[in-house]
Amino acid sequence: MPLLEIRNLRIDFGAHRVVDDVSLSLDAGKTYCLVGESGCGKSVTALSIGRLLTTPPASHPRGQILWEGHDVLTMNPQQLQRIRGGDVGYVFQEPGASLNPVMRIGAQIRESLARHRPQFANEAEIIRLLRLVGIPAPETRLRAYPHQLSGGMQQRVMIAMGLAPQPKLLIADEPTTALDVTVQAQIIELLRDLQRQLGMALLLITHNLGLVGDIADRVGVMYAGQIVEEGTALDVLQRPRHPYTQALLRSVPELGRAGRRLECIPGTVPRPGDWTTGCRFAPRCPKARSECSVGPIDWNSGSIDHAVRCPYAEA
Amino acid sequence: MSPTPLLRVENLRVHFPVQRSLFSKPEAWVRAVENVSFTLRTGETIGLLGESGCGKTTLGRAILRLGPVTAGSIHFDGTDITHLEGRALREHRRRFQMIFQDPFSSLNPRFTAGQIVGEALEIHHLATDSAARNRRIGELLESVGLDPRLADRFPHEFSGGQRQRIGIARALAVEPQLIVCDEPVSALDVSVQAQVVNLLQDLQKQRGLAYLFISHDLAVVEHLAHRILVMYLGQVMEEAPAGVLSQQPLHPYSQALISAVPTVDTASKRRRIVLSGDPPSPLSPPTGCPFHPRCPVAEPHCRTETPVLRDLGEGRRVACHQV
Repeated sequence: MPLLEIRNLRIDFGAHRVVDDVSLSLDAGKTYCLVGESGCGKSVTALSIGRLLTTPPASHPRGQILWEGHDVLTMNPQQLQRIRGGDVGYVFQEPGASLNPVMRIGAQIRESLARHRPQFANEAEIIRLLRLVGIPAPETRLRAYPHQLSGGMQQRVMIAMGLAPQPKLLIADEPTTALDVTVQAQIIELLRDLQRQLGMALLLITHNLGLVGDIADRVGVMYAGQIVEEGTALDVLQRPRHPYTQALLRSVPELGRAGRRLECIPGTVPRPGDWTTGCRFAPRCPKARSECSVGPIDWNSGSIDHAVRCPYAEA
Repeated sequence: MSPTPLLRVENLRVHFPVQRSLFSKPEAWVRAVENVSFTLRTGETIGLLGESGCGKTTLGRAILRLGPVTAGSIHFDGTDITHLEGRALREHRRRFQMIFQDPFSSLNPRFTAGQIVGEALEIHHLATDSAARNRRIGELLESVGLDPRLADRFPHEFSGGQRQRIGIARALAVEPQLIVCDEPVSALDVSVQAQVVNLLQDLQKQRGLAYLFISHDLAVVEHLAHRILVMYLGQVMEEAPAGVLSQQPLHPYSQALISAVPTVDTASKRRRIVLSGDPPSPLSPPTGCPFHPRCPVAEPHCRTETPVLRDLGEGRRVACHQV
């Protein structure tokens, strides 16, 4: 049984659908990367796993989110409390905005411990966690306020808070987007080390395709609310089958190819509400035929391990 | 290429005072830009690469005289503009423009796209009447790939990429010779980023523009720039031709920076150099080489002697004792 299995998830915001028929499955100890451009629904999907969306404006999600076989969508508040920040830890994009500015970081980590592992809500455990995420001089740093730390250090504190209850799954939503590239490398290295050391699963939400090859076992590429391609990270990066993934990979500037013109995808990502019934990429797709804009597009498996939502994708 | 460079920056310094109150004596100085020199020719792009807080934006603003200059000089097309004021400065402003990072906050939300682009035409008296002005606005929008019929729309009706195009059209309105681009594609999605990068390249070819392209993203800089300056803590650590830097970085900081760039190319297994620690505060920069506390090859004398930027020939300069 997978640790987390999402089946046909659908979420609306008002009259607009923002997540449409998303399914994915994550085994214990593995890393799944959800990639896509802004507005594709990747963060909403991540938040729905801990039922963290405010309803309204979000609709109650439809479909199933199975956590160790139990549907999160039908759980009562007590059961949810165990999962939220307990079995499932979250790390968000902007550490500066996610930490409480008027609370010392040690106290913030203690809060998380007190709720989920009260017997360990002591200074020794806080110091152990800060050391685990590579914060130098944790004995004194735990008395620091967030503004006294750099962005990279703040993100390490966020990760320490996420790890405090010893989660089985850590959901990291763009954890390095606000950070410099040398600090980003540190944080990705840290996440990879921690995962190996603690054997937890990682769901990484990112727009940066470059991170996928670094850390992911499996990857789902999202476009306009749907996963359009899914497979092992190596397969998807080396042999992308969906025209969107292919175009996206070609438009990433790569080192060592100075002077060459970047390929770009014409047009822009459609906003929720402007989505067509057929393939949502069809208006920008070089391979689109007239059939593409009629009716929902189903999965074209080819191989079970590498599926695409495109009838004309090469196997 | 003309013999006098379009832009010549010599020993430029920008220091900011740190004061407890407005009237007290400064307690310390932030050395945001320290002894930066370079030249830029017509039709050329220089990439200014560095992490946040390294002074790259301060440098860009100082060159356009949008920020203070503490010492050094800026020559634009042979004229010293370092101390120009008032009308003389305004006349020069036409010749250099800026494109900003955030396409959301850099456009006035109460102006239409047409008004945003047309404002500079009015300020610099570049259109004789409103018909000429509207014609010119249409041309400018078209040149950045926007439908001229969208001139009556407001910024919020455009996507991020389209908004950045409006920002580019605004910069082009006064027909500048130099555009300072401050992280113009950082806030955009990958597929849109490629469109804007290509647009900037096309405009350069058509109009012979010179760009100072400020970015933290080496891959984007390498695509656009002819030469790259790597900055760390207000100082230039290395200068190299664009294709050369990523292949043979000489400075240990450039090496670490390049190895940290994530890649979609799974075949290339680059050795990753993960630096320890964070960039130090420019308020209390380390003695000697500013990079020595994080440098994997630092020697004792790196702590005491500040390396100078040495010319190695073939367009390469580097500030490191170990190279």
